[in-house]
Amino acid sequence: MSGSMARRRFLGLGGGLALGAGLTACASPLASGLTGAQPNTADVIFWNLFTGGDGANMVLMEQDFRKSHPGVSVEATILGWGNPYYTKLALATASGTPPDVGISHLSRLPLLAASGLLTPIEQTGLPELGVTADRFTPAAWQKATVGGTVYAAPLDTHPFVLFYNVDLARKAGLLDASGEALKPMKGAADFTDAVKAMKEASGRYGAVMSITADPSTAWRYFSMVYSGLAGPVVTDSGTRIAVDDEAMRETFAFLQSLTKGGLMPKVLNGSGANALFSTGKAGFLFDGEWQIPSYRLVKGLRFNVVPFPALLGPKPVAYADSHALVIPHNPRRSAARTANAARFVRSLLDDSAVWAHGGHVPAWLPTQRSRAFTDQSPQANYVQAAFTAQYDPSAWYTGAGSDFQNTVGATIIEALGGGISPKSATAAMRADLRRYTTARPPVTMK
Amino acid sequence: MTTVAATRPAPEPLVPSGAAGSAGPPASERRAGLLLSAPFMIVYLLFLVGPLVVGIVMSFFNTTTVRSGLGGWVGLSNYTKVCQDPLFWNAMWHSVLFTLLTTPPLVVLALAAAVLAGRMRRGRVFYRVAFFAPYVVPSSVVALVFLWMYTPQIGLITKVFGAVGLPVPNFIGSTSGGWTAVVLMTLWWTFGFNFVLYTAALQDVPGDVYEAASIDGAGPWQQIRLITVPLLAPTTSLVLILQILASLKVFDQIYLLLGGGPNQSTRPVIEYIYDTGFTSYRGGYGAAATMVYFVVIVAVSTAWYGLRRWRATSDATSSTTRSGSSGRASGPSSSPASGPTSSAA
Repeated sequence: MSGSMARRRFLGLGGGLALGAGLTACASPLASGLTGAQPNTADVIFWNLFTGGDGANMVLMEQDFRKSHPGVSVEATILGWGNPYYTKLALATASGTPPDVGISHLSRLPLLAASGLLTPIEQTGLPELGVTADRFTPAAWQKATVGGTVYAAPLDTHPFVLFYNVDLARKAGLLDASGEALKPMKGAADFTDAVKAMKEASGRYGAVMSITADPSTAWRYFSMVYSGLAGPVVTDSGTRIAVDDEAMRETFAFLQSLTKGGLMPKVLNGSGANALFSTGKAGFLFDGEWQIPSYRLVKGLRFNVVPFPALLGPKPVAYADSHALVIPHNPRRSAARTANAARFVRSLLDDSAVWAHGGHVPAWLPTQRSRAFTDQSPQANYVQAAFTAQYDPSAWYTGAGSDFQNTVGATIIEALGGGISPKSATAAMRADLRRYTTARPPVTMK
Repeated sequence: MTTVAATRPAPEPLVPSGAAGSAGPPASERRAGLLLSAPFMIVYLLFLVGPLVVGIVMSFFNTTTVRSGLGGWVGLSNYTKVCQDPLFWNAMWHSVLFTLLTTPPLVVLALAAAVLAGRMRRGRVFYRVAFFAPYVVPSSVVALVFLWMYTPQIGLITKVFGAVGLPVPNFIGSTSGGWTAVVLMTLWWTFGFNFVLYTAALQDVPGDVYEAASIDGAGPWQQIRLITVPLLAPTTSLVLILQILASLKVFDQIYLLLGGGPNQSTRPVIEYIYDTGFTSYRGGYGAAATMVYFVVIVAVSTAWYGLRRWRATSDATSSTTRSGSSGRASGPSSSPASGPTSSAA
């Protein structure tokens, strides 16, 4: 009996010691986990969704901050792009454990702001650091404003642009006297002629884009053409369908005229588009400027990038989005942490010439006008696109990589593939939009 | 004690005395039972019953995942919207289609592999481990490996197709290719579980049955067809329902491999719930979709259970009538039965 008691006491003691040791070893994460607080593992905790070239540039910018602010530690976490990132950012913030600084696409901002998940810029100390409206691209700053309050410091504008193969363009007679830039184009007819000339020059396709299984790209392309003609597809914070049926049919008919005639392939995925454009089998590529770094790596490919000309409407429209820096709402964040977060944001803005290497147009005007950026080619070619930027309409469901883009994108892909007529594509689009405009919003939008 | 028992009127205390302990275990045992099951009960209440109740409640509110609190009361409108959404039913169909595509091969392959591994003279353990091993690999790893193999131009499988001159299927970009990709990956990955169930059941089949069969002249194929498969029927029934339920719950491999694409043509219902409930932050709506789906799963399980019971009772009654008739006719029936045996011998 006493033997067994001794054993029990020994085991109990040993267990207690082991548990104690374990608890001390992970004291702060465990304690903070139990109290639900964010473990303060660094002075600035930064979440972003950048991998690849953008990710590498962001790491450089973080290192620059560390160098210039030796006393302030930064911990950067990279999460999966798109929905996984936004789900985590929103849920972490709603449950009171947000990062100090996060990235958000401006197209995703309205819902985050309306849900009260973001700290208004004026409460973060950023205006005192010189982060003010007059120093940003107006379209981006406007999009960062929800209900009169600014919730984000835009880092860039990344428009949907026109890539062209310089050698093929010369062969097709599309270059101007300088021998590098495209001759000015205006309207759908000019543009179609240029694509036709490119097709003859390449011997294969006039233009390519990623269509198959890429609803976001399809939506960007469609949105650019349609909004130039008739404005946004939904209004009133996404509660009202504002589709002009005539304009939408015209848009679909135009898009189909390029794929139907064999000027563009109807079915092609991202790597297919990359292969065809890289090897000179297509003269134009329709894609985001963020593809520039990957085409730079292609040997023997001489390409340039310009904004799309006006297609169906009177003025050129650049479908665009912006990466922006946000400070998620956290009532328990200390003033010192907030100050560090603001300094970090300002530093990234100042350093955004590095960011521009990814193809993006800096939204921070001091950088946009600096030599460090204006010497970058072809980035400097399409700065204008940032000023004519057309973002996703403001609604709780829109935005980069959203469920909405997947739904409407699927309809557009079907139309591009020639599966449905412009008339039924318009009807399908209306049905897609109705799903969202009639759905009960998770939060009331301002 | 005897006096107490004697003074008690006989019919009236039946229920109280049963409750008091004459039928149930003594109090100390019951306490021990409760204590021993308490950890499980707590976990069960906390992580299963609790969330289920919260989910049911949420489905009647416009709950959002980005704010605390339930949000406004919306009654049944989440349910009517879910039921009217064609995308929900598409996703539901995708889950059913996945079940239809995966369940038969997973059962047949597992049975075949278990029989083959069981008949191995040497290296039986090796084959058992080899067949079961994929099952323990996490889905994320499996998806990553298969994604590499399926990738156009550079993937192993696409290269093999090209090398032998076959048209290369578009595994990632087309609907049929996507389904093929997911089904092949799932077969390789999960059939080990059914394989283990069958392997265990095979060991319960008494060896002397095979011995008797082989003395009677039954070949290996006849033994499998007439002994192994019928004797494994209860296991098959179990494997089938487990597989149907597991396949209906498909999410991770489709999400990781295709993201429900291309164009949402492989999106299973759980991804629909995830998309609406988490990425669109519509918790209440997602909860309503979950409940509809939950009802479907329960209905499938209940139907299956009912079918089994009905079959069991009908089998029992038919076997009694059959045994009765064969008993009566045992004399004449035994001679034709022995006929082929003797002629074979």
